[in-house]
Amino acid sequence: MFLEIQDLSVKIENKNILKGLNLNINKGEVHAIMGPNGCGKSTLANVLAGKEDYEILNGKINFKDNDLFDLNIEERAQEGMFLAFQYPVEIPGVNITPFLHSAINSKRKRMNEEEIDNLSFAKLLKSKASDLGINIDMLKRSVNTGFSGGEKKRYEILQMSILNPDLAILDETDSGLDIDALKIVTDGVNKLKTKDNSFLIITHYQKLLDYIKPDYVHVMVNGSIVKSGGSEIAVEIEKDGFQKFQ
Amino acid sequence: MNSETLNTLDSYSKNKYKYGFVTDIDNEKPKKGLNEDTIKFISLKKNEPDWMLEWRLKAFLKWKKMKEPKWANLNFPQIDYQDIYYYSAPKGFDKKPKDLSEVDPKLIETYNKLGIPLEEQKVLAGVAVDVVFDSVSVATTYKGELEKLGIIFCSIGEAIQKHPDLIKKYLGSVIPPGDHSFSALNSAVFTDGSFVYIPEGVKCPMELSTYFRINAENTGQFERTLIIADKGSYVSYLEGCTAPKRDDNQLHAANVELIALEDAEIKYSTVQNWYPGDEDGKGGIYNFVTKRGLCAGKNSKISWTQVETGSAITWKYPSCILKGDNSIGEFYSVAITNNFQQADTGTKMTHIGKNTKSKIISKGISLGKSQNTYRGEVSFLRKADKARNYTQCDSLLVGNKCGAHTVPYIDSKNNTAVIEHEASTSKINEDQLYYCRQRGLSHEEAVSLIVNGFCKQVLQELPMEFAVEAQKLVSISLEGSVG
Repeated sequence: MFLEIQDLSVKIENKNILKGLNLNINKGEVHAIMGPNGCGKSTLANVLAGKEDYEILNGKINFKDNDLFDLNIEERAQEGMFLAFQYPVEIPGVNITPFLHSAINSKRKRMNEEEIDNLSFAKLLKSKASDLGINIDMLKRSVNTGFSGGEKKRYEILQMSILNPDLAILDETDSGLDIDALKIVTDGVNKLKTKDNSFLIITHYQKLLDYIKPDYVHVMVNGSIVKSGGSEIAVEIEKDGFQKFQ
Repeated sequence: MNSETLNTLDSYSKNKYKYGFVTDIDNEKPKKGLNEDTIKFISLKKNEPDWMLEWRLKAFLKWKKMKEPKWANLNFPQIDYQDIYYYSAPKGFDKKPKDLSEVDPKLIETYNKLGIPLEEQKVLAGVAVDVVFDSVSVATTYKGELEKLGIIFCSIGEAIQKHPDLIKKYLGSVIPPGDHSFSALNSAVFTDGSFVYIPEGVKCPMELSTYFRINAENTGQFERTLIIADKGSYVSYLEGCTAPKRDDNQLHAANVELIALEDAEIKYSTVQNWYPGDEDGKGGIYNFVTKRGLCAGKNSKISWTQVETGSAITWKYPSCILKGDNSIGEFYSVAITNNFQQADTGTKMTHIGKNTKSKIISKGISLGKSQNTYRGEVSFLRKADKARNYTQCDSLLVGNKCGAHTVPYIDSKNNTAVIEHEASTSKINEDQLYYCRQRGLSHEEAVSLIVNGFCKQVLQELPMEFAVEAQKLVSISLEGSVG
């Protein structure tokens, strides 16, 4: 098993958010989690990534034969977990190119791979950017600084394609995107998809799933997964909303 | 702030200073303490003319009547001026060595260890260096090449002997010896430092640089630097400083004077990395520095850039007197304090001439239990029509036991003056750290990256040869990495 979440319960500031959640993801699979606002979708993403604000009450998570709770944030990232943020934070004065270059090299170091030099990295970045229709000028700017919402999301996908993760978690990547931006983002995801990596797509709307075809759709309500199935569930939700699952 | 951040910060505080070694070399000192004999000893050692000795003694008389300025936000025990050596030179240094073959190999090795090779072929291309060890200048590189252009770059001691007219005219003209007690002290006992004269119309083709090293124990270093840019000339100058690790505090009281005549420009950069003391606040340099530039002529420009990471105490306000019409003064500062370090630093911009402009960008970063104060004064005199100032002061707090303070004074006697002031204080942002770490960067790397980003506006003002070094220094000051 690639990612295995067993009976996960999590609280933050005395509020129970996740309540006995179970989820299994195999290599090469695309999973979508849908749910109403406040159901715990983003909490799940952040707990997987290792954000420290949460208290784990119960449960186990196994990721690539590691107990996930033994790894800190950066170790999880270096092991191949990537979170595309819902609201990517601005980091003024930090240029994108050296930022991503350090990121890719810290991952390579952990994997005992040779570090990539400046020139090869610049080439890689340029070609990935042009694949995603990202202007070269954007690479001269500081991380997320002064970017529009759409630019930030595109830039998340660029980082994802550079870091080439084993498990990519997309946290409401579609929110705030117009249809053109959504196409670019979803194209990026589809290009990156292979039989060796997996995706966990968190979304509120069914629209995203018109562009990325999930193998499984899960409905999350009140901190646990209440129904799992194929893409027919997404259609059901589109028609009737989350009401009947609650 | 979550627990992991605090843990990492604790590990930063285990400060390891890379330049803390001592060079074991015999040195020559007068008796401890400050009196007329000490001053006569220094003057004699430097083979100075009588007028210089008189100048020193006059300053000493002033100093005796003065008290230390007390307005800074600093806490330190009374300095015992009678418990300090005022001069220390490696033995046999009565005359500055003619070339490197006359220099003690131990000294050459010291500078190699500090990353400042003295052999010209190994020196950073395009950078001329004067190196000052305790109280004496050891070597000055590229002198011959500069002489061809009429540029004088030598130790102040040498200038007193060879260029008395320039010294008599300009020394103390920007910082009068009686300005305050540290300037009087420096004027009485200054030992070495650099002298630069750029003749009319000459653009200095290389960076000029002085490297100050304190080595001897219980010894004060009293640096004196004087830079004169004649009409239409340009020079970029950089100083660097380090000192050994010691449990006692040591005093460094410098005076630096800059004079820019009509259409001249001086760019002065400092990378200050004196020993800051250990994690319990023991030892470290007391850095009391007076730096002042006079934009004497029309359209002249003086720009100060400083990266202050060292010293137990930093007391320093590089200032500009904007006398010439249309003259420009700039101050770019990064001050990082960690452990028990204290910094009270900023600038004074005095607008006298018409259309004068000044710009202040200050970035303070406080870690550990340190205190970091920006103190600035912008004043517009009556005739300073249409003068402008822009000030931006940003403070970043890392951890929750440190302090950041901003004390700006504005005084305008001319109602056409335009003043803009922006200030911010923020904590290092947990969301930024989370974001960086989610991409695989370690906590330390992430902090260093974010802080470097915060300082970028200032670091990019440094000469290119030093910008990379300064970035590394910023990272080292944060992490206290093994040296």
